[in-house]
Amino acid sequence: MTSIDDVQTAAVGVSRRRRAISTGRRGDKIFRGAALGSGVFVLVIMGAIAAFLVWKAIPALQANQGSFLTDTEWRANSDPPRFGIAQLAFGTVMSAFLALLMATPVAIGIALFISFYAPRKLADGLGFIVDLLAAVPSIIYGLWGLHFLVMNSDGVVSFLNTYLGWIPLFAGENVGGQSLFIGSVVLAIMILPIISSISREVFLQVPTPHIEAAQALGATRWETIRLSVLPYGRSGVISAMMLGLGRALGETVAIALVLSTVAGINWHILEPGGNTFAANIVRTFGESGEIGRSALIASGLVLFVITMIVNMAARAIVSRRKEFTE
Amino acid sequence: MSVLTAKTGQAIPETSLGRKLKDRTVLIAVYVAFALAVIPLVSVLYKVISEGVQVISADFLTRSMNGIGGRDAGGGVYHSIVGTLEQVALASAMSIPIAVLTAVYLVEYGQGKRLAKTISFFVDVMTGIPSIVAGLFVLAFWILVLGFEVSGFAGALALGVLMIPTVVRSAEEMLKLVPNELREASYALGVPRWRTVMKVVLPTAFTGIVTGIMLAVARVMGETAPLLLTIWVTKVINFNAFQGAQSSLPTYIWEQASDPNQVAVARAWGAALTLIFIIMVLNIGARLLARRTSIR
Amino acid sequence: MAKRIEVSGLNAYYGGFLAVEDVSMTIEPRSVTAFIGPSGCGKSTFLRTLNRMHEVIPGARVDGKVMLDDQDLYGDKVDPVAVRRVVGMVFQRPNPFPTMSIYDNVAAGLKLNGVKGKSELDGIVETSLKGANLWNEVKDRLPKPGAGLSGGQQQRLCIARAIAVQPQVLLMDEPCSALDPISTLAIEDLIAQLKSQYTIVIVTHNMQQAARVSDRTAFFNIAGTGKPGKLIELDETSKIFTNPTEKATEDYITGRFG
Repeated sequence: MTSIDDVQTAAVGVSRRRRAISTGRRGDKIFRGAALGSGVFVLVIMGAIAAFLVWKAIPALQANQGSFLTDTEWRANSDPPRFGIAQLAFGTVMSAFLALLMATPVAIGIALFISFYAPRKLADGLGFIVDLLAAVPSIIYGLWGLHFLVMNSDGVVSFLNTYLGWIPLFAGENVGGQSLFIGSVVLAIMILPIISSISREVFLQVPTPHIEAAQALGATRWETIRLSVLPYGRSGVISAMMLGLGRALGETVAIALVLSTVAGINWHILEPGGNTFAANIVRTFGESGEIGRSALIASGLVLFVITMIVNMAARAIVSRRKEFTE
Repeated sequence: MSVLTAKTGQAIPETSLGRKLKDRTVLIAVYVAFALAVIPLVSVLYKVISEGVQVISADFLTRSMNGIGGRDAGGGVYHSIVGTLEQVALASAMSIPIAVLTAVYLVEYGQGKRLAKTISFFVDVMTGIPSIVAGLFVLAFWILVLGFEVSGFAGALALGVLMIPTVVRSAEEMLKLVPNELREASYALGVPRWRTVMKVVLPTAFTGIVTGIMLAVARVMGETAPLLLTIWVTKVINFNAFQGAQSSLPTYIWEQASDPNQVAVARAWGAALTLIFIIMVLNIGARLLARRTSIR
Repeated sequence: MAKRIEVSGLNAYYGGFLAVEDVSMTIEPRSVTAFIGPSGCGKSTFLRTLNRMHEVIPGARVDGKVMLDDQDLYGDKVDPVAVRRVVGMVFQRPNPFPTMSIYDNVAAGLKLNGVKGKSELDGIVETSLKGANLWNEVKDRLPKPGAGLSGGQQQRLCIARAIAVQPQVLLMDEPCSALDPISTLAIEDLIAQLKSQYTIVIVTHNMQQAARVSDRTAFFNIAGTGKPGKLIELDETSKIFTNPTEKATEDYITGRFG
């Protein structure tokens, strides 16, 4: 008793239902494709950054009459161009390490303060204040560093020079002003919140049984931290330091404003001078020609590689720690 | 057997002075550390506000630097505010969809896959790229290779590169917080995966994602270095982000702060206050939003 | 070395919530006292008030008196840190310091208390490990991490760590609940040995265990969720398990509730 019409309507019904389902599948495919595409695009950007920097760095490296790695002067726009990264590398690494040296104890102190010493109701608010430090843009730290800190730090600087001058770093004749030391202080302030917020997170993850084990032995608060918290959090704190180091290595405008341009490597960090990869780029970019720009890109490539290595090492430590604790 | 107990006749022996002293010292050190962190914050904010309010006026906010000579007082940041807002808006428009979709891939599709792990790793690495390198990348790729001129858009490209990893990370965290039961409930009703993500997962995580985006926007808004290489400098108002040099608040501060004239430095403080005000509004707004969600 | 504990009128709070109400009891030296009762009855909370570990939880506080011989643990000038030195504790899950070796775990408390001499440390570590019936199993691998031991060995390591500082009282908070039956037996044997030297208080959810190891048993109970836990009765273990005074105790031990 089935007429052709019936079959047709049934078929239409089926096909309609099929289409409804397949629309869902097609939507799924498109959406999945878009999500996957975006993820892959992120990888492409990373690859493109490396590729284009290399590509555009080559002309200057070929034209360079000096030694790229060991020359201390940057004359990329003279004819023939002579430039080397020695001074930049020195200033970058020195300022970043000094900043790390100053910031780490303070940052760990803050993290301990917020997680174990501050009253619980206050802890959140204090964490927020530290996060605000991170929200202040680097250009404003630079402005503050140049037009406030540099002018008001001569006392501290000459104190260090007078009493710690026997340490070669703090020696020198005309100390004060726009020095690598002040630049490092500004960097230290900037990386402080990074190190402290990651350390804080790690400290909060210390399992209660570990802490109670120390407490039940009759450990004081500090002994509890030394026995239980610091050993557990050590790798986390190390990776936090490395992330802070990465940030300090790549920081640009704050340090570019605070340092003054004096050629050459100067171990006397209290004296004016110092230069970094990033600062050199923004300072000389304006007057650079084609080879000059290419040379700056080459120096940026070196910075990129250094920060990549530091960051990857930090991440590797974090993920190893995750495997260890899970 | 009496090494420890012999020291005292009392049931509960005193904790030794040395240990108490050490405990005290650390306590003080920890308080000092906190004070050390608060001092620069207070100093920076105090300087910016006290110097800034002397400069900021309706005039300052509504005028450009057109026709203002190096030693002249006056002029304003209007052209920079226009630039900053356009550049950040363009950067957000480009990077947010990519970043959120990447997070969706990582959480909803990629679980356990090698590609997802690779992407996740490089997103982390990307977070650590110095902003100047992002600027150099856009310079090399957009301006030197493709031959476009400097523009607000070129700046936005660099800012976008910097925004992507932060937004991916925060969105990923938020998506992970969406309970699996919600997804399963939706699948059980026969809703396809993509509609589940669009109608169930993303709305649930919405405020959290918005919070992360606001923080990322606040962050790139203060970026200076990449803009110095990509938008150039100008004193005049340029509404067109796709053509010609544009100004921005951070690069404006850079210019004025580098200028030894006191009038210029004063303008730098004024612009700094303007910038920090916008950033703090975004930050505090984001935190309030986050708090509201967490209570719910 | 072992001391008598006398508790009177003790209340324990978490913030505004009264968790344990008005407990008074005497815990005899050189004996094992077991705390039993349904979960949530406050037996563990009460145990933690005996070495002032209760107050490490934010908002937690105690009022009442806990006398250790003639000194009040909650007296004005008493340092909680010093209390924990003389009243040792072993936890539900073994918690050796994960980054320390077996040797350092046992020596941790001694080092805090200024014992520095190598031979002195060696001696006490050996005595403590022997006292915890662990020496023969670990004497060849003292520098290895404590986390590498089995669960039962870790728990005995924690006991060795606790007795190394020569406490007067040893508190045990369900020390066998995370262990297999063989390790449980080893710990129970150990408890029987330790009681010749220490005052031992053990919280257990296992009534057979209480019957096996303890001299006296205290039964705690709650009237309902949100109500404070109370001590119902404390008596010789044999009496509690055969002929308790209170009906609630009888109901509990015969399995009629809990």
